[in-house]
Amino acid sequence: MTTTAQAGCVTLSARGKVYRELNEEIRRAFDGGAACVELHDVIGHRYIGCGLSGSGRIVVHGTPGNDMAAFMDGPEIVVHGNGQDAIANTMNRGRVVIHGEAGDVLGHSMRGGTILVRGSVGYRAGIHMKSFRDKRAEVVIGGAAGDYLGEYMAGGLMIVLGLGRLPGQPISGIYTATGMHGGKMILGDDIEEYRLGREVGKSDLDTADRDELQRFVEQYVAAFGGRVEDILNRHFVKLLPVSRRPYGRIYVY
Amino acid sequence: MQDVWREDRHRKWIRDEKDSSGCAISGFIHEDGRRESGDAIIRSIESMHDRGNGLGGGFAAYGIYPQFAEHYCLHLMYDTPQAQQVTEEFIAASFDVAHSEPIPTRTLEVIRRRPLLWRCFVTLKAEVRDRHYDLTDDDIVAMQVMHINRAIDGAFVFSSGRNMGCFKGVGYPEDIGRFFRLEEYEAYMWTAHARFPTNTTGWWGGAHPFGLLDWAVVHNGEVSSYGINRRYLANFGYHCTMHTDTEVIAYLFDLLIRKHALPIEVACLAMAPPLWSEIERMPDEQRDLVSMLRAVYGGALLNGPFSVVVTFTGGMIGFNDRIKLRPMVAARKNHTLYVASEEAAIRLICDDPQQIWHPRGGEPVIGRLRQEVALA
Repeated sequence: MTTTAQAGCVTLSARGKVYRELNEEIRRAFDGGAACVELHDVIGHRYIGCGLSGSGRIVVHGTPGNDMAAFMDGPEIVVHGNGQDAIANTMNRGRVVIHGEAGDVLGHSMRGGTILVRGSVGYRAGIHMKSFRDKRAEVVIGGAAGDYLGEYMAGGLMIVLGLGRLPGQPISGIYTATGMHGGKMILGDDIEEYRLGREVGKSDLDTADRDELQRFVEQYVAAFGGRVEDILNRHFVKLLPVSRRPYGRIYVY
Repeated sequence: MQDVWREDRHRKWIRDEKDSSGCAISGFIHEDGRRESGDAIIRSIESMHDRGNGLGGGFAAYGIYPQFAEHYCLHLMYDTPQAQQVTEEFIAASFDVAHSEPIPTRTLEVIRRRPLLWRCFVTLKAEVRDRHYDLTDDDIVAMQVMHINRAIDGAFVFSSGRNMGCFKGVGYPEDIGRFFRLEEYEAYMWTAHARFPTNTTGWWGGAHPFGLLDWAVVHNGEVSSYGINRRYLANFGYHCTMHTDTEVIAYLFDLLIRKHALPIEVACLAMAPPLWSEIERMPDEQRDLVSMLRAVYGGALLNGPFSVVVTFTGGMIGFNDRIKLRPMVAARKNHTLYVASEEAAIRLICDDPQQIWHPRGGEPVIGRLRQEVALA
């Protein structure tokens, strides 16, 4: 373990370490008073920041493994690379910034905090995201999303900007927002009705939506660059659930 | 059915019909025919150690037996010397055996209760060919493999292709790879599997890859349609003997591509067709083709969550279930195509891939040896 000149920042190499050792070292660094931990040579190490609380910052260089930031409660993780599957699984509080793409089930059952992804994400991003009282899960995806985006979404905010897509590439796959019964989704392009679950309705943004969108686009630009006005210039649509209990008739006796 | 739960043997008779699993897969093909040792594939699969649980690991390697390139190489597991004797007599009746030897292994403390592991390089006898004048060599060999696996107690053929081989057993894949001394082989294509069996016990024959002729399949997931697929395959003489769902995938590829001569993309469409709601939106010609495939090959439809890597002489297919319930990442660099359950498993053995992507569900990723590359 080496401490850099920057006060309170610890630099660790993940090379040759199994994830358990690495995660123990991260915890020890924060327990020892570090404000920030910088990780190098990360390649598939799982559970980085899992269950971690406090207000520390982790900077990852490489490809972090599955379930990064799972159950995390407060810290910030910045990834210089691509993320794998199940990032921020059931995250409670904190912030995740991915300077690349992310795999499947991003923000699975996330309960609070913010995720910013520069590029595209795989299938089932935001599946069963939630909000409760002061907690609200917020996700901004810069590129496109795979099928089942926001499936069974129960709360929170999902924004997909749709930047940098290939010609003809849709902003989101099929079964978008299927089973969604809470929260709000904002997409940076129109989406065909057949791609949507029956449980949502599509509409234009109102002033409050646009103000909120602008705040998140500003965060996105602050993290990854670009121009706020260029992004806001796109045609955005909003998806809202038509019912808060779409399956009430099926499961309630 | 005797000695069902015998502890000291690998288990041939297991009551359960199938197993499902949360596993790891990895594979690559050098399309320019360049060969390399098993070191890289072992490192790749080892990085996903936690996706398996030590109850199965295995590898497939292509281009490893150039000195016997025209011979079928049978890899066999025997419970007992008696099983070996019976099997060798059966083999000698149909085949000329050019060479026969134990599969080289190294002593590893963690690899235990292993069966006798043997390989032989064979060609069909002329009189057997004459007797089965209406069958191809591949048909006859597949039939003999089915017979050994079904009818000879304590014997299993776990690899039966030409110039390729499967290596597998109970253990973590990195240990299985070292046990089989894979660093001593040179292949242009490697695949690997880490197993996490959930419905049946881990046993040597039940590890992946599943091989028949030069097909080898490594699989993460569960084939929910196993019963339907198994019954469908039985119509064509394929008998499922491995007590795990993956073997139906190997036989379906053999049936659809080798026997029915479907192009790879069409075979994949038959096995993981688009949903009916998607088919309705297709242009007429495409809708007709896909509807027809769904009607004709209903019994070949693979349902359930899976990602697989299927390999054959000269090619590799990465392939997901149509709603992508298991992970799969693909990458390309120069002349090499990589497919794995996790991106890190590729990056570990491939610095700075030129392209790395998440294939869509049901959309095959195909790598092929370039035409001009001589295989032998």
